[in-house]
Amino acid sequence: MNSFESQMLGMWTLLKKELLRFWRVVFQTVAAPVISGILYLLIFSHVLGSRIEVYENVSYISFLIPGLIMMSLLQNAFANSSSSLIQSKVMGNIVFLLLTPLSYLQLFIAFLVASIVRGIFVGGCIYLLAIIYIDLPIQHPWMVLIFALLGGGILGTFGIIAGIWAERFDQMAAFSNFVIMPLSFLSGVFYSIHSLPPVWQTISRLNPFFYMIDGFRYGFFGQSDISPYFSLSIVTLFFITLAFITIIMLKSGYKLRN
Amino acid sequence: MKKAIVFKNVKKNFRQLKAIDNISLSVEEGEFFGLLGPNGAGKSTLINMLAGLVKPSSGSISVMGFDVLKDYQNARHSVGIVPQELVFDPFFNVREMLRFQAGYFGKGKSNNSWIDEVIERLDLVDKASTNMRKLSGGMKRRALIAQALVHRPPVIVLDEPTAGVDVELRQRLWDFIKELNREGHTIVLTTHYLEEAEALCNRIAMLRSGKIVALDTTKNLLKEFSAKTLRLRLDMNKSKKMPTSIENIIYEVDGDLYTFKLKKISEITIIIEKLRKLNIEILDMETIDSDLENVFLKLTGNKI
Repeated sequence: MNSFESQMLGMWTLLKKELLRFWRVVFQTVAAPVISGILYLLIFSHVLGSRIEVYENVSYISFLIPGLIMMSLLQNAFANSSSSLIQSKVMGNIVFLLLTPLSYLQLFIAFLVASIVRGIFVGGCIYLLAIIYIDLPIQHPWMVLIFALLGGGILGTFGIIAGIWAERFDQMAAFSNFVIMPLSFLSGVFYSIHSLPPVWQTISRLNPFFYMIDGFRYGFFGQSDISPYFSLSIVTLFFITLAFITIIMLKSGYKLRN
Repeated sequence: MKKAIVFKNVKKNFRQLKAIDNISLSVEEGEFFGLLGPNGAGKSTLINMLAGLVKPSSGSISVMGFDVLKDYQNARHSVGIVPQELVFDPFFNVREMLRFQAGYFGKGKSNNSWIDEVIERLDLVDKASTNMRKLSGGMKRRALIAQALVHRPPVIVLDEPTAGVDVELRQRLWDFIKELNREGHTIVLTTHYLEEAEALCNRIAMLRSGKIVALDTTKNLLKEFSAKTLRLRLDMNKSKKMPTSIENIIYEVDGDLYTFKLKKISEITIIIEKLRKLNIEILDMETIDSDLENVFLKLTGNKI
């Protein structure tokens, strides 16, 4: 009745449903953020491109692309799990999931993987569009992949936490606008933290998004603001902590089973 | 006979409120069991605890022998719940939604023929490719029932399945649910329609303020609590006094309207004979059969 295969099929079904859910509204979930990313790229590179050189032998537009890819990846990974959960809660159809034998771990993995896939898909589209015009070789592909997976994982997990916690759409909007948005914009997407005054450099180092973007950028250029291995440690630790909190929330049924 | 559902000393408190106050009851395999009670009696809380949607404060609950907390995966495989609210996923059509639901229970492509059968039996064939948003209320209700059946659970719980459903569809749903019961499924039904419970259920539990106030077969409840009622409109002008032998069985007096509770139908002749002897004229007469509503009113003091 409850074999390993049947459990895996249950988890795979939820993952498939989550992927299909965002694919059904692909213009909203993929096309819109890709266009936003490209617009940021065009505007910032046009306005600042000729005036700034952040790394040696790296143009500002090249510097900007990995940051924008990662920012879009993070925001969309968050949007996927958070919007799915809050919609299901408000519409009431979350009950269909809660009535199933899926374990808290299976729920976590399915939502997490779907978020990572959407994040990487959006980021990948921006990369493919950008390289039509700009030569952007990747020096350390494995670092790019690892930071993309971990970044998507962290924000997907963040999205699950927000989706469980929020009870209304406005609470979710507040979480997105007052936590996710500032953290991603102030993480060094558009600048190197070395260009900031010392106080702001210290503050930036408290922002976990900074490590995701800096490490991701290292994968492209082999240059970064801080050691990529230090960033990797911070990002990994952050993911493990958030994943642990999320699993505890799902296991206890916090705001879901009471 | 094996127990399909067992509630053992179950309590549920929501802060100060005792939503469920030490309930113990069991439902036999293959039974058609009714759960009745006024709003706030605890019916939905009891069902939600059975489904694993709400955790009990204390006590234990099992479905087909599986504890709903300790062995929740097997317990959830054993039960299909039809929720009261018309909830749906707006992204998918009926067939997709049913396949996803079956998939969550580990049922793959080999289960698709069963899904098609459920769609057919619930007259959803024409709507199988229609998005859930575009279905009427009655169709959504059928889709919800289908959703509870996709993993072939031995126990089916229907929380107000016919609320807001027109008479024709209600009758068809009753027939379908009765058929499921005949096939061996254990059915638990909560309903506001007392005639529904009376017509369908073998056994009934009545709840009030989180407690069971009656638990018996439908037949026994009707027999025990509702004797036949005789209602007479009398002209008392000529004789002001009712004979003592009749006075004892008067249940209620409202102006010139006298209500009698009868143990046997033959008591009607005795009452009429006595009234005739006293020269009391009978202006109007009616007899009322017992029904579940009377039982319910008597036990809970509420209209359902």
